[in-house]
Parts: sequence; structure tokens; C-alpha cells
Amino acid sequence: MRRALLLAFALTAAPRAHAFCGFFVGKADAQLFNKSSQVALVRDGERTVLTMSNDYQGPLSEFALVVPVPSVLTREQIHIGDRKLLERLDAYSSPRLVEYTDPDPCEVRERAVFPMSMPMAAGSMRSREMTDHAKAMGVTIEAAYTVGEYDILLLSAKQSEGLEAWLRESGYRIPAHASRALAPYVKQDMKFFVAKVNLKEQKKAGFQELRPIQIAYESPRFMLPIRLGMANAQGGAGFAGDGPEPKAKAGGSPQDLIVYVMTRNGRVESSNYQTVKIPSDAEVPEYVQKQFGEFYKAAFARTWKQHGQRAVVTEYVWNMGWCDPCAAPPMEARELRELGVFWLDSNGPAVRGGGMPITLTRLHVRYDAEHFPEDLMFQETGDQQNFQGRYVLNHPFRGEMKCEAREGYLESVRERRRREATTLASLTGWSVEKIRERMGPDAPPHADPWWKTLWKRP
Amino acid sequence: MQIAFLASFLAVGLSARDFPLWHAPLIFATALATQIVFTRLLRLPDAGLLSPVITSFGLTLLLRTDLLWIPPLAAFLAIASKFVLRIRGRHFLNPANFGLCACMLITPHAWCSPAQWGEGPLLLLWVLALGCMVAHRAFRSDVSLAFLGSWILLRAARVLYLGQRAPVLLHQLESGSLLLFTFFMISDPKTTPRGRAARLGFAGCVAALAFALQHVAYARNPIIWALFLCAPLVPLLDWFEETLASTKEQPCAALYSWPSR
Repeated sequence: MRRALLLAFALTAAPRAHAFCGFFVGKADAQLFNKSSQVALVRDGERTVLTMSNDYQGPLSEFALVVPVPSVLTREQIHIGDRKLLERLDAYSSPRLVEYTDPDPCEVRERAVFPMSMPMAAGSMRSREMTDHAKAMGVTIEAAYTVGEYDILLLSAKQSEGLEAWLRESGYRIPAHASRALAPYVKQDMKFFVAKVNLKEQKKAGFQELRPIQIAYESPRFMLPIRLGMANAQGGAGFAGDGPEPKAKAGGSPQDLIVYVMTRNGRVESSNYQTVKIPSDAEVPEYVQKQFGEFYKAAFARTWKQHGQRAVVTEYVWNMGWCDPCAAPPMEARELRELGVFWLDSNGPAVRGGGMPITLTRLHVRYDAEHFPEDLMFQETGDQQNFQGRYVLNHPFRGEMKCEAREGYLESVRERRRREATTLASLTGWSVEKIRERMGPDAPPHADPWWKTLWKRP
Repeated sequence: MQIAFLASFLAVGLSARDFPLWHAPLIFATALATQIVFTRLLRLPDAGLLSPVITSFGLTLLLRTDLLWIPPLAAFLAIASKFVLRIRGRHFLNPANFGLCACMLITPHAWCSPAQWGEGPLLLLWVLALGCMVAHRAFRSDVSLAFLGSWILLRAARVLYLGQRAPVLLHQLESGSLLLFTFFMISDPKTTPRGRAARLGFAGCVAALAFALQHVAYARNPIIWALFLCAPLVPLLDWFEETLASTKEQPCAALYSWPSR
């Protein structure tokens, strides 16, 4: 298997075109980032396991997924996973808020730490006729399986135009000019993994939501195809289908993709886009506790803009054997194995408190066609330094203080709040005035102008 | 000039908090110390410290690691290679390239992040303009340009073949490490062949090998490895050219000087 797997795009004919330009679609109301997709990528050597989670909310009959793959996958290489696994990964690795409460300044004791987490969630057609028709268009149905609630086809194509036409004629709703996005994969002799929901099986299984599709393959290339997902985000491409074609007005509005990469040796970064770390370990005002989602969205957007909207943002890098603070209970060996960490012995107990031969890197990509012209390529580095998006709240001591240290302490709190307001402003791009307003009674008094004490007599 | 350019590159890297602060001083100190010690030990004429400084810049900008001992090791290997690994009295391995590759071979804790400087097109233009000047000053712009030209041609051919759009090509060329490599690594006059034709051929070889490494072997950092692997060609090409020159001269010498002997 020489060729890399290339990722997917959701082909749907949902009328809200802009909400479906990616290969996965987020729940706008429940998730922090709209239009977000989540992918778990497990890799060691050339062995790769990809889990693609899908928050598709439209009519199931219209759901379709196309993933370019390096070779024709056998039935055993395809598995339907549990949505909970990605939810667990998300909760475990999402940027977190930790809070500290100041001790009574009149007493000397240890600081208590209360970690808090803020999870940020992230028709069967096997007839002879169909096969012959496909062949006439240069498309070969290499294999067909029903796995769980999905009907899966593995296609090879001689020409991207033929493939586009065939997909469209077979009822897959694909964007106009999809052949342009498909062409490079066809030229590289990739196969296409195409999935539709089998409504009968879906009913039988009784799952309300679509479960993630997992595929295992070998490929020397460590990458994630995102180009197909942008096929209809390029300048208002329409959707094919019956009836009037709704136009995507978004013209390439960016999509969020969260990639959880699990490797054996160390942090993963992109080798063809700049990889930056989200500013972390910053002390922010107390009110952020109530608006952490809003805060993090602003902080992410600012980092993304500061790097020309072209960077991949690292949100978490940690050995999976431990966490500090843990935003969610650590993953169990069984769950990791389920996600595809094949080098882990699922029978053995997960090592706690020490290292485990798994590093989890959480990468957040906000991409559009203009700024991400190429698929995402990755490389594993030997870097084992842990990193997490971590923001710190300091609660002042609110009890009664009866000692000389009181004044000094209160002044230090005011000073800290001033600092926190400035930090928050620089992290999010919000104005200091707006922040002060939101801080309410906690807002520190404005510092005196410098001349106020210039000629002040002692 | 070259130093100013590399220093500004370094400043960009530091401001992006791309690598820890301790990285650079360790590399510079080790490289300078190694140069001085070898020069004294071997009783060589003082060649100045410009060369180790430039090597240090190259290493600081390209080498990434999470271990404290790797940067000094890379700097030591880079400078020591100049004095130890010599063929026909000339070192043939690009010091920074050798230091980097040796460390990447020794430990997975050394790596190179090719996309680390981001892709501001303005920055790129600026870098390109300055880079050309530096390369020109070193009178080796032919290697840089030959390499860059072949690399762009190969890349463009692939983009065309795959039916991709022009921004893909631009994106592939907007890489900090490509520029650094082109103008500060492969352009090193000490480690490229002496003859112009050989130099151009060498640059083409590096580009072709890098392309093959990337698309056939799917290697990471293909250009860095390609230079490393092509390095033995330098003494070979020099030897070939000298031999060729001497065989060309010999018949004439025989014709005109032999009767008088």
C-alpha cells in the first residue's frame, strides 16, 4: 500500500449549503465550534487507524461520505465505532480552566487546586446493471459491504469526470465541479471509500445518531485529506440534485476540524503548514468561568488570525498515561484499543501515574480553500514535552481578615486583576473597557495617572 | 549582510516562540569553541569565525529538539566534520546539514520542522530578495538558482500532472526551510563543486533526489536528506573535472614540450 489515505467529504444535499461544506458537520447549538469535524488518527510506522466521527443531523437518506483510500479495503479493515470514544477524547484533551482560591493571607498554608474541566466538543446498488454502468464510465466497483448501518462501496476510477458523473447518477449528492477536487486522487490511483446509510440496518440497530466509521490501513504517507471537504466551499459552488440547486453562499467559510493523533513516540505537527501552540497558562479574570466557551472561541480565533489563518493550532500534547489536571477521567486501555492503538495490550491494566507509549496530540485546524490549498501532511517528532491549553482563575480570599497583611493582600489582588484584564484583552482581542465592564464590581480601579504622585508631598 | 539576514530570520523564529531561548546560545558557543579548538590543535591558520557563526545560524533555524544535549552535539559534529571528514584536502559535507542529519539519525529527539515560519507572502518576498543578495555576494548564486529552478520545475510539473491549481504550487514554495536551504545551505562555496557546470549539475541532482525522496520514498525533509546524500558527489565531480582538465592539457603539452625535453 504505497499511497496515503486521503480523507473524506460529506456529500449531502441539505439545503443549508453553508452548513455542509465540510466532510463533517457540527451541531451548531451544542458544540462550541460550528461546522466542526472530529477525527482520531492512530499511527505507528505505516499502520494507520482512522476514526471519523460525524455529527450529521440532516435526513439520513441524504447522508453520504467519500474518503479516498490508498487501496481497496477488505471488510475486516472497516469497523463501526462508538461515538463515546471521540467524546471521551474530546473531554479529556479540551482546553481547560483551572481555579485556585487564595488562602487567608492571615494564615500560612498550602494552596488548594480544584481543576475544572470545560469539555468543548468538539441504497444498496450492487446490481449487475449498476456495475456495468459504472464500468462504462470508467468507474469500477471493487468491493461492496454493509457494515453496521452503512452501505459501503470501494471504487476505483480512471477519470475524475467519470467518477463525478457516476456518483451523481447513483444518487450521491455531490457539489458541482467535484471532479476537480477528485482529479489528483484519481491520478494517484487512489481508491474511493463511499458510504451511505442503509436505512433498514439503521432502524434495526436502533441508534439515533450515526456512529463513526473506522478504517485501518497501511500507508507511508502520514496525512489527512481535507481538499475534498472544501470542494463545494470554493466560491459558491452549488449542489447537484433534483429540483432547484441551492447555492452555497459561504464562498469558502472556514470549517473546524479537530484531529486527535495518537502516536508512540512524541508530538505530531504538520509538515506543510505552520503548527503553533494555543497561548496557555494565562491568568484570566474570574468572570471567564461563566463564559469559558466564548472566551476560548475568541482566543482561538485570535491565534488563528495572528498566523494568517494558515496555521494548525496545537491544543493538547500529553502522554496518555497521566494528566494534570485531568479534564476528564483518563481513557482506559480498552477504549484506546477500540480507537485503534494496536500496540497496546488491551488485557493489561493501563499504566497510571507513569508513562504509556502513547502521546496524544490534539490539533485544531480552521481551514478554507484559500488558506489551505493542500491536504494536511503530518510528521511525528520526538518531542515529549507535555502541553495543554490551560487557563487559570484566581479566586481571592473572601473571608474576614484581621491582620496587618490585609491591605497588602487587597492591593495585590487589585494588581492581579489589572494584570488579568490585560492578559484577557491580549488573548482575545477584546477591549479592556469591555472586559472591565464584564468584571463588574471586581474590575480593578484605574491606575492613577503617573503625574498624580509626582509632586505629592509625603 | 548574510549575518544580518540570518539574524532577522532568527528574530522571526524567536518572536514566534518557535524554539526555546536556550537553543541558540548553546549552538553558537559549541560551534565557536569547536572551531577555535580544532584550529589550534591542528595549527591551522586562523580562518575567522564567520563560517561557524553561519553554521550556527543554520542549525538554530532548522534543528528542533526537546533534549538539552542535542543542540551542542549537532554544533560540535557540524564543525568537527569540517576538520575531520576531508577528501583530497577539502571538506565536502555541508557542516550545518551534516550536524542536522547526524543528529536526526542518532536520535528521534532531533527533528526538523519544515513549515515553522508560517507563510506570510510578504515575509517570503523580503527573504527572497535579501537571500539573493547574500547568495550573490558569495558568488555562488548559480547553485542556489539552479537548485531553486529545478525544484520549482519539478514541483510545477507534478502540480500540472495532478491537475491541481496554482496556489498549491505557491503553497509548496512558501516554506522557510526551503529558502534557508537554497540560500544558506546549498550555496556554501566550500561544499559545492568548483566548476560551474559541475555545480549546476550538482544542484539539479539534489533537486531530483529530493523530489524522488518526497514522492517515491515519502521521506520527510527531502531536501535536507538529498543534500546529505549527494555530498559525496562533490569530491567526485571535482576529481572528474580535474582529470578531464589534465587529460585535455596533456596532448598539447606532449605536442609542444616533449621534443624540447
